[in-house]
Formats: sequence, structure tokens, C-alpha cells
Amino acid sequence: MDWLDTQRDNFQVLSNFSERLIDGLVTTVQLTVLGGAVAFLVAVVLGLMAGSPSLWLRGPARVLIEFFRGISLLVLLFWLVYVLPIFIIRYDIPIPGPQDHTFAVGVAALGINYGAYAAEAVRASLTTVPKGQWEATTALSMSWQHRMRRIIFPQAWALMIPSLANLWIHLLKGSAIVYILPRVNDLTFELNNLRRPTDIWFSHALVGLITYFLLALVLLFVMQALEARAKYRLGRGPGLREVFSLRLRPVSPDGAGGSAMGEDETVEPKAGARAGGEER
Amino acid sequence: MSTLSTAAVLAQEVDEPTIIDDSGPIFDWGFAVDILPDMLMAFLQVTLVVTLVGTLIAAVLGLVIAILIMVLPGPLAWIVRWAANFIRMTPIVVQLIFLFWTFLWMDPMTIGIIVFGVHYATYMSEVYRAGIESVPKGQWEATTALSMSAMRTWRRVVIPQALRSTVPSLGNYAISMFKDTPFLFVISVAEMVTVAQTIGAQTFRYNEPITIAGLIFLAASYPTAVLINRLEKRLAYAH
Amino acid sequence: MPTPTEPASAPAPDTEETSGAPVIEFVDVEKRFGDNVVLKNLNFTVERGERVTLVGPSGSGKTTILRLVMTLEELTGGYIYIDGEPLTHREKDGRRVPVSKKEQKRLRTRIGMVFQQFNLFPNMTVLENIIEAPVHVLGRPKKEAVAKAHDLLGQVGLSDKADAHPTSLSGGQQQRVAIARALAMDPEILLLDEVTSALDPEVVGEVLNILRTVAETTNVTMLIVTHEMGFARDVSHKVMMFDGGHVVESGPPEKIFTDPDHERTKSFLSAVLGDN
Repeated sequence: MDWLDTQRDNFQVLSNFSERLIDGLVTTVQLTVLGGAVAFLVAVVLGLMAGSPSLWLRGPARVLIEFFRGISLLVLLFWLVYVLPIFIIRYDIPIPGPQDHTFAVGVAALGINYGAYAAEAVRASLTTVPKGQWEATTALSMSWQHRMRRIIFPQAWALMIPSLANLWIHLLKGSAIVYILPRVNDLTFELNNLRRPTDIWFSHALVGLITYFLLALVLLFVMQALEARAKYRLGRGPGLREVFSLRLRPVSPDGAGGSAMGEDETVEPKAGARAGGEER
Repeated sequence: MSTLSTAAVLAQEVDEPTIIDDSGPIFDWGFAVDILPDMLMAFLQVTLVVTLVGTLIAAVLGLVIAILIMVLPGPLAWIVRWAANFIRMTPIVVQLIFLFWTFLWMDPMTIGIIVFGVHYATYMSEVYRAGIESVPKGQWEATTALSMSAMRTWRRVVIPQALRSTVPSLGNYAISMFKDTPFLFVISVAEMVTVAQTIGAQTFRYNEPITIAGLIFLAASYPTAVLINRLEKRLAYAH
Repeated sequence: MPTPTEPASAPAPDTEETSGAPVIEFVDVEKRFGDNVVLKNLNFTVERGERVTLVGPSGSGKTTILRLVMTLEELTGGYIYIDGEPLTHREKDGRRVPVSKKEQKRLRTRIGMVFQQFNLFPNMTVLENIIEAPVHVLGRPKKEAVAKAHDLLGQVGLSDKADAHPTSLSGGQQQRVAIARALAMDPEILLLDEVTSALDPEVVGEVLNILRTVAETTNVTMLIVTHEMGFARDVSHKVMMFDGGHVVESGPPEKIFTDPDHERTKSFLSAVLGDN
């Protein structure tokens, strides 16, 4: 029973490695959550700017969004690790050297890159809030901050969640590349360590891919719960029942949120427009 | 870069970044011109080839997956669907490393093409599914009324109508794939960003190669995205 | 009901409800969308407490007038004065100079609007919809705003719906909430933009009755766009007939509805009133 023996050995190694693997998993979760938080911040700021009628806000936002979407994640990562230090030293910029804070570099790169994609989702979902809602806020003399915070954003929020969920899962998947940086010992890094004493399929397929898959499912359920809550608040949809159904929403790389946007009946006409970037 | 070999030793990690060169211009135009040919070669020979062949595989395989999920009996369709979900929701980086070590005898670039092709096929299958579902029910009923075979119905009626609306989305996925190709770094395929990093490591000048890599990505992906966006709008109006 | 008796050519009737001071004044107003001129050289005044109904075929620019007063559309030419103060632009050395955002907002808080599509906020309950602006825009104490909201809900017959979500209400109920929401701001000017056009015929009456009561019990100036000619006749002091961006004629409803001077008005009225 050679095969069985090998498997027993594999699991033996796995149990020896479990502590490191869990550390790696924690690092991956940290990258995903912190990167997601940065991305959300970037997305809201750039998305609101890009949706503004003022060219002075819209112009720079468009440039930044297209720039950070256009260059690849790895280019951004390399730029932060290799090129930014040159500028820091040359011009005495008072920020800590990226080479000493590789984890922060990973979070920043993930946050900026996926935040730029999410900004497009934020902008697009703001435009799907019916015009009458904007007009009602004008008729009630609400200030810009007031209407955004209390009226427009809460409604756009329900529409943008599916897109944000997609992008968050993309960010989780993208976080795997950050292992190439020194001292970022995430799940992928530890899987490479586990690979050496075990079968490759065991480490990478059985342990690695399945763990990532389960993590992605967790993100998806969190976001579906958020979406159900947001819709419930808008008086659409029943609330929690949907959350617990094991229905997978198509995760599309364009953050377009697939089906979830158009299928609900809406209070106002024309709320079904697609939220999402033109790409990814 | 002739010094680069695609026969990798192990899944790549980068060296501790070291800053040595603190003199001279921050961006050396002469150096940039020197390295540009190598980087463009890597771009044409690897990045573009992987993107184009990968897109081709993804476009065909995606359609196959979409149709299988629709025509296969329940349990089998369920398996195909979840297999696709699994591939779609796990990192390309881990998939690359996994296949690289499983098929050591295979050319890493081929592995890259397969991984990108299959990974993006799972995305494109969703696009096709939406496209197929958008074909009006009356079209299916009409083929039944005309006693058309299932094969003929798909080939002559459903797929041609479904494909039309999918073109922009497929284009966007091609751009996404293009921007993911630097992940090939982890299996030491000498695509453009890998070459940029190698040049940096050898010369201790990182600004020029990495900036050039970023600009080439921008220059290639942005116009394409604008073009596809326009196509999308045109198609939307045509409907 | 007011019974103005002046002839059509005279300015707005001077009953005990109107004070004679213009509260809305249009001076040489022009509105164009691109090359499409919707309103041109439009001059009219509305006096305090006056209720004016704008009638005319669709596309004649009636709704645009309300939207200009509410600053929902950009004024492309001329001036609008609210209580003598410029709403969007002031004249300075013969040039149009935009007024400050602050000035505009100060004037705008005195204007309320009820929309054809209600435009209630779906992320808030009925009560929250009503108190949102009084509390956060006018800075009124929440307690006071809530009390007033309940009072208004009572007036529109929806006391039991304070905690309901707008989406759970019928169209007629939503519009009644929207009226309460507009009144909660204590507007001096109330703009009613085809408020019954999106409603089922059987609930039109209840909404109009509420507005009749508002007209009878308050002194709010109203600018009304409606296709309900009976309502227009009952509540307005003045009816203005629009066509092609011009005022064809204006006068008290009795005059306009029974003995219009212009052929255009006659044909329009006979079309909307049927074989009247």
C-alpha cells in the first residue's frame, strides 16, 4: 500500500506544518481584509470624484482610475518595492522605506489596484440611483455631503455590493502574488514550503486551492448577507432567507455583478443599469 | 534577454531589494533606450502570445462549458458548474505553481497558456450563459415548431444570437488576462515584467525597466479598453 | 373658495389671500436645451399667496418653469426673482452674474416641490422621509420635527404609516407622504408638478382633496402644473395657458375655462375636457 503510506506521510507533514500554514492563512486573511479596506477607501473617494459634475474632480479621478487599472498589479508591486525607495532616498521623503515594510507594500498595492476597479463600480452605481432621488434632495435643499451620505450612497450601496464582492474575491486571489516579497509569509508562501516534503497535488491542490476556495466562499456569503440587508433596508427583497441559500452568484472579473443588478423590481423606473467597469 | 532561461529552478521569489545606486540621474534615458528592445521582445514573444492563445482557448472552452452546463443532466451539470466555480475562485498564482510542479517536463510558457486559458474560460462561460439566456424563448419555440434538431438549433439559431452580445465582455476579459500575465513571474516565464525585474536585479537600476513595463501595459490596455467600450455602446444601441 | 372677479387682462386678483407683492418674478426668462429653445422672453409674476395653474399641451414648457424655480434646471437666460432676490443670476452692469451657492440655498429652502413620481427615499421610513430635511437642513430640533411630521401625516390620512417603508405603500399613499414631506419644510412656495399623473384614477381624488385643504387652510403660494382641470378651476386664482414656450393668455379660471380669448386655448380645452 505505497500510495496509502505516502498519504499518511503527507498528512503527518501537514500536521507538523499546521501551525505555519495557519500563520500563512492569517496573513492572507489580513492582506485580504486590510487590502479590501484600503481598496474601499480608494474606491469611494475616486468613485465620488469620478461621478462629480466638476471637471476639476472628475478629471484627476479618471486619470488615476485608468492609470491604476491599466498597469498590472505586479508592476505596481515592483514599483513600490524597487522604485519608490529610490525617490525616498533621493528626495528625503519622510515615509518609512518600503523594503522594510513589505506587508504594508502588499496591502497598498492590492488596495490601490483593486480600489481603482472598485471606484468604477462605485461611480457606475451612483448613476443608477434614479434622477428623481437627486431632484428630491435638491427640492429639500440638502447639501452635497448630506444627500450623498443619507440618500444617494445608501441606495447605490445595494447596487454596488455585488461588484464589490467580485472585486474582493479578486483581491483575495491577487493577494497570492504578494508572497514573492520578502517576509510576507502568506498562505501561498507556506504552501511552497509544504510542497517540498509532500506531494505537489497534496500541498497545492488539496490544501492550497481548497483553502483559497473556502475563503472566497466566506467572502461571498459575507457580501451576500450585506446585500440582503441593504436591499431589505430599501424595502426590496425579503432579507435573510436569501442569504442562507447556497446560490453562487457568477463572479465575473469585470466587477459587473452579473445577474444581481437587473433582476429586482425597482421602485423607480430604470434602476437596472449595469454597475461596473468596462473591464475586469 | 538571453541570460534568462525559462527552465526555472523553483517558483520565484524576489531577492531582498537593495538600493545601491544613489548617484546619477533618477531616470537614465540612455539606459531606457538600451533595454527597450529586450523588453519589447519579451512583450511580443511572451506576453502577447500568452494573451492571444490564452484568449482563444478561453473563448472556445468557455462556450463548451456554458453549453455543457445547459445540456448535461442535472448532477453532471452540477459537477461542471462547481468545477468551474472552483477554478474561477482560486488564485491563478497557485494554479500556475501547482501545474508547474506537477508537469515538470512541460514548457512553463505552455503551462501558463493552459492556466490562463482555462481560468478565463470559467469567466467567459458565465458571459456565454448570460448571452444564451438572453435569446428569447420564442426562438427556441420556433425551432421546435420547425422540428429542427438540437444540434442545428444551437449551431444556427442560439449561438449566433448569443455570441453577438458577448463580444465586448470577452474583449474585457482578454484585457484582464493581459494584465494578469505578469503572474507568470512565479514560474519564471520571461514575460515583460519578469524581464524588467531581472534587468533591475542585474544592473541595480529598477526605475527604467519597471516604468517602461508599466507604460507599455498602459499603452496597450487603455486604448483597447476604450475601443471595447465603444463597441459595447454601439451594440447596445443596435439592440 | 376664492372668487376673483377681475377681467383676464388685469394682473393677479387681489383677494384677501394675496398680498400684491410679487413672490416669484420671471424676467426675460429663456431656457434652451442645446439648440432647442423651450422658453423664450418669458415674463410673469406670482404674488404672495396666489395659486397659479399652468396649463397647455405637453412640451409647452410648463414643467420646465417649475424645475427652473426649484433650480433643477439651469437658467440659460434672463432672471428669476424670489421675493425680489435673484435666484440664479443677478444683473450687474448689464451682465448676468451667478449668485452664490449660499444665497441660492437660502432662497431654495423657502420653496418646496411635489413630484410626479413622488421620489420618496426608499432607504428611509415614512417618518424619516418627512423629518430628514427639517432636522438636517433647517436644523430644527428632532422632537419638534417628529411632532410636526405626525401632525402632517394625520392631515394626509396616514397616521398609521409613520414606520412603514415607502415601497410598501400604494402610489396614492406615497404621494400623500411626499406632500407631507414638502409641507414639513414650511415652504412659502409650493410647486406641484403633475402630482396625480402617475396615480391610478381612483386615488387621484384623495390626493387632490388633500391639496384643496392645504390651499384653503394655508397661505402658501402655489405654482401648479396639472391636467386635472376641475382641480385647477377650484383652487387657482389664475390660470396661465402655455403653448410653444409662450403665455397664450392668462386670467381667472372662470374666464379661461368658460370664455377664453384665444382659439388655441379653446381647442386645447375642448381637447382635454372632452365635449365640454
